[in-house]
Amino acid sequence: MFKSKLIAAAAIGTVLVASHAFAADKKVVAVSIPAADHGWTAGVVYHAQAAAKEINAAFPDVEVVVKTSPSATAQVSALEDLSAGRKLDALVILPYSSEELTTPVKAVKDAGTFITVVDRGLSDASIQDLYLAGDNIAVGRNTAKYMIDKLGGKGNLVVLRGIPTVIDDERIKGFNDAIQGTELKVLDIQYANWNSDEAFKLMQDYLAKYPQIDAVWANDDDMLLGVLEAVKESGRKDIKLALGGNGMKDIVKKVIDGDAMTPVETPYPPAMIKTAIYMTVANLIGQAPVRGTVKLDAPLITQENAQEYYFPDSPF
Amino acid sequence: MSAIVGSTRLRQEREWNIGWADVGPFLALLALLVIGFVINPDFLSATNLGNVITRSAFIAIIAVGATFVISSGGLDLSVGSMAAFITGITILFMNSMAPEWGLSAIPAGMVVAIVVGTACGLMNGLIVTVGKIEPFIATLGTMGIFRALITYMSDGGTIPIDRSLREAYRPVYFGTVGGVPLPILISIAVAAVASFALYKMKYGRKCAAVGANEDVARYSGISIIKTRTIAYAIQGACVAIAAICYVPRLGAATPTTGVLWELQVITAVVIGGTALRGGKGHVWGTVAGAVILELIANLMVLSDFVSEYLVAGVQGVIIIIAMLIQRFSK
Repeated sequence: MFKSKLIAAAAIGTVLVASHAFAADKKVVAVSIPAADHGWTAGVVYHAQAAAKEINAAFPDVEVVVKTSPSATAQVSALEDLSAGRKLDALVILPYSSEELTTPVKAVKDAGTFITVVDRGLSDASIQDLYLAGDNIAVGRNTAKYMIDKLGGKGNLVVLRGIPTVIDDERIKGFNDAIQGTELKVLDIQYANWNSDEAFKLMQDYLAKYPQIDAVWANDDDMLLGVLEAVKESGRKDIKLALGGNGMKDIVKKVIDGDAMTPVETPYPPAMIKTAIYMTVANLIGQAPVRGTVKLDAPLITQENAQEYYFPDSPF
Repeated sequence: MSAIVGSTRLRQEREWNIGWADVGPFLALLALLVIGFVINPDFLSATNLGNVITRSAFIAIIAVGATFVISSGGLDLSVGSMAAFITGITILFMNSMAPEWGLSAIPAGMVVAIVVGTACGLMNGLIVTVGKIEPFIATLGTMGIFRALITYMSDGGTIPIDRSLREAYRPVYFGTVGGVPLPILISIAVAAVASFALYKMKYGRKCAAVGANEDVARYSGISIIKTRTIAYAIQGACVAIAAICYVPRLGAATPTTGVLWELQVITAVVIGGTALRGGKGHVWGTVAGAVILELIANLMVLSDFVSEYLVAGVQGVIIIIAMLIQRFSK
């Protein structure tokens, strides 16, 4: 009796150790991102899941786990959950907010995890092994450059802002700096909170207020959709350009189709999460050193290269 | 004893409010129009006023429904999320039917919207009345549910309407009849039916009675549960009508559709002269309230007085001043 119990215990123990050893063989990459609550984050979730699927299929000894969180607090809990059960080899995180996530991510780092930070930086840059982001200043600057070029350096502009955040400020700064010294004049600039409805209303008001508008910059494609509806409904012919930013598929499609009012697009691609995951995995199993800072440029999407940025299956 | 006190108070309040509460919102509207003209003459142009009143239609229609809920002593915080949810369901239904049914998918979708809306409202009503949960909490819960559902249905992105239906559906928002935009006509029709129901029908009197004093209403043989539940169902139907007008505006539903509409709706109802604690409703005042809100936003853009950072603050101040004037001029 006693003997059989001992054997059973030994057997169970062996299985546990073996399965543990087996699990330890698989390198775990946790991906923590905000839940999809608007177009851009929906794109992030889509691309993160696509990367996880591709990598899990291609590399049997890597496991990419994607976890979405609807708030900063939830993301902190998610980090605890992810790191509680097992040792993470790498963490790819798009933090909800910099301040709140810094300490929790540091705790994960202290346990020996490789940390990749995407888009929004942490308050303490020394925590990250790899930082990957888009260039918001370039989003504004490159759009402005195209407008200057297309309008011959003069004309009346109206601008729609997003939500008061660093991202919005940077885009506006990039844009304003680029039009300095030209004869492009910003007639008006107001918030539409990255929301198509509010952008529709704001654009209607702009149209009522200004008899001559040469171009509109919406700083984000959700807002651009509202702008385009308002312009279309007004029947006004003075607006030559209406540009957005971010790389929404509907807008990229317009570029592909050679739309007259929206002939180019500036990406702030949600697919950057995929770039970050691939680079992190390359470091883990390919011995490709990836430490450092990567800034994705915001090159103009034109009819020639638009196909590269077109993801018809993505929700964004 | 308590019954007598209750009924006298009810009558007193009624007499008190005749006059100012009825006229107040319209005077405020008139004042805004004058101020608007002084600030920017373009403000009174037919296009601008047409735009503003047309887009206030969503809030106006939903707020007419909210007048029933609030005057019967309830509150519905879920209307914005519900509008997004109904919009999503309607578009998905129309898209799936479009290949087979062609353009008849549009009227069929409208029917679906009304059915779903009424069902959502009914659910809110039953949770509040039969479930006996505070309206604030109950509808806070369903607000989260509807918002989560639309986010789930759209994968966090956009649910666009089928291209083949788009042009045919557009006139529901952008079309005019005799020069008047369709959404304006629809909101006038909704308000007319609602004011008939609230002022001329037995149900309207029950609504006010339940909102003014539950006990008195119960002793008079009015079913509180039935009256309140119906109010929420009416609210749901109104949200559906608003959603039907909303779909063609941008041709898509997103997780940010209708965000914070519930607050605008409640503000419109209160500006319109309905007391938040229930007991009386002013349907036309509510409509005026919705237009006032939209006009203030429009004026803020048309004027160049304040920094873009302060616009929301100024809107808040104007709303509070309007309410204070109403209160003290009574």
